Amino acid sequence: MAGYFKNVKNSFKLKNYIAYIVITAFLIVSASLALTGYMNRSTQNLLTQIAYSIILAVSLNLVVGFLGELSLGHAGFMCVGAYLGCFLANYLHTIIPSRLLVLVISMIVGGLIAAVFGFIIGLPALRLKGDYLAIVTLAFGEIVRTIFKNQKIFGGALGLSTKKYGSDLFIVAFIVVLLMLVFIQNLVKSKHGRAITAIRDNEIAAKAMGINVTYYKLFVFVVSAFFAGIAGVIYGHYATPVLYSFFSYNYSIEILVMVVLGSMGSINGSIIAAALITYINFQLTTKLSGDLAALKYLIYALILITIVIYNNAPGLASVKERLSIKPLLKKVFGRFIKRTNDPAKQKDDEADWDRIPTKIEMDAILSLDIKPDTTYAPDKREEK
Amino acid sequence: MSTFIDGLSLGSIYALIALGYTMVYGIAKMLNFAHGDIIMVGSYAILTTLLMNGHPVLAIIAAVVICTALGVLIEKLAYKPLRGASPLAVLITAIGVSYFLQSVAQLIFGAQTHPISLVHFPPVVIGGVTISVSAIISLVVGALIMTLLTLFIKFTKLGRAMIAVSEDRAAAKLMGINVNMIIMVTFAIGSALAAFASTFYVMQIPNTSPTLGSMPGIKAFTAAVIGGIGSIPGAMLGGVLMGVVEKISLSIPVLAPYTTALEFSLLIIILLVKPTGLLGKKRREKV
Repeated sequence: MAGYFKNVKNSFKLKNYIAYIVITAFLIVSASLALTGYMNRSTQNLLTQIAYSIILAVSLNLVVGFLGELSLGHAGFMCVGAYLGCFLANYLHTIIPSRLLVLVISMIVGGLIAAVFGFIIGLPALRLKGDYLAIVTLAFGEIVRTIFKNQKIFGGALGLSTKKYGSDLFIVAFIVVLLMLVFIQNLVKSKHGRAITAIRDNEIAAKAMGINVTYYKLFVFVVSAFFAGIAGVIYGHYATPVLYSFFSYNYSIEILVMVVLGSMGSINGSIIAAALITYINFQLTTKLSGDLAALKYLIYALILITIVIYNNAPGLASVKERLSIKPLLKKVFGRFIKRTNDPAKQKDDEADWDRIPTKIEMDAILSLDIKPDTTYAPDKREEK
Repeated sequence: MSTFIDGLSLGSIYALIALGYTMVYGIAKMLNFAHGDIIMVGSYAILTTLLMNGHPVLAIIAAVVICTALGVLIEKLAYKPLRGASPLAVLITAIGVSYFLQSVAQLIFGAQTHPISLVHFPPVVIGGVTISVSAIISLVVGALIMTLLTLFIKFTKLGRAMIAVSEDRAAAKLMGINVNMIIMVTFAIGSALAAFASTFYVMQIPNTSPTLGSMPGIKAFTAAVIGGIGSIPGAMLGGVLMGVVEKISLSIPVLAPYTTALEFSLLIIILLVKPTGLLGKKRREKV
């Protein structure tokens, strides 16, 4: 037992906890500022937006970055959560006086219903992959939107009017962010997370290693949809009315931009990118009007294209290596950091699994030219 | 009956766009998400030429030239550096290009809808059924273009080189085919088809906006996937199917609001039953 705790103590890495620490500190500071009245309403609104964007980006990252399937329908799950969660909240407000309780219940229910939809969309994911799956998720988002648009009970084309929570919604939202981070960080580091990344790197190899691909694919879609649904409920308590046009596939792509900008498969990256893009968005929408609003999308597009080409182009690999600041950082800080990363000294789960390339070079293995050993060939022996 | 013909003509537009998607997918193995926006650029080319008092024929030629050049340019700048990279990266870049084109169009022309009066034919009445002439023209010309394309691919040297590249890129390279050139030509043809599609589109719906291409683009893409992406007859079949379903669904009052949902549900159902589309070839996955 003592040995176990010693191990845990040694494996403590600041990197894994930095997101919790930063967000908790940020939450405490901003909450106390807001409650004492030093923070204006606009900043609080911005914080709410940042919070639900983080939830969306991190949950999409689970599908795109860790499972390796492109989903273009994330806004669809958010739409389900927003409409159904807020519909429930509207009803609950009449029987439960506490607004916090209403919010929590509707978040859970909205998330669960979205998770059911995640399961339904996960089913085609078992049969389809890559581009085909991307178009199915896109289709799903559009279907959901069209259906909600035409339901009188949800306000039809006018949208579902909701009761705003109040500007201190961001405190609840950031607590949700923290809970989600605890869940997802632990998931990714666990054996389940390794199974998911193994499926991403080589599905057939993963299957051969006994990983239940069906289970994990559905699992990732369900978890991702659950959090997207929660983000939808938060959005519904922040903006009224909940309007179908908000959840178009452009919004799904905006979330995707956050994930790509923060680099796929990096949770901290998604958080930073989501906060950054939401902040820029917030500033641009208040300052740019009319056709200049297109500038926002122009900037998105350029960021997206440049980053993807820079990160993926085979021809740019040497440039990237030269520009990388990692060796420089190592040179500067290397002497201060005790070497704990020595792979030989690591035990089981301590290793940084998300950094180890698990890609199996099956092509290289299969293309090896192995000459059959002629002396032991059975037909030769018979001749003797 | 007139609904059916309208559906067929809309279907021929979808089929033309879907052909662009399917050719690029078959040969470059990538989804050109920006294809729908090339249609939008084509419509703006027509608009600009008409505003400068150009002849409608000149406008169509301008659209074809600009779209072709744009298609080749996009391929050179955005997709060529990523050859050999993961399909996800290429797809995301294509989405970026799509956004780029839309926002540039909005910055230049504004977000509002511009009316375009390319040509106007009075509708004719045949046997008690009113049929718009532009629908018939797009149907006939669309069918003609598709036939020519099929013949081109089957019987010319360039076309057969395209088939070779789509079947096995490495082997085609060893046979002395300039793969980069073939991919460029594919993009050029696909974009030229998009220009024709935009011509027919503004003939039927005479206005344009920066987001003109996105919905027809997605629907044509859906059509290409339904027909089996990578297969040329599949794209035609899928396109016509989508067009007919859309128009018929729009003509039934109960279904009309759900048209988009219906079309996309059709996609999901077909993909679930036949994951490679109606006419798609099944590829065995190799490790």
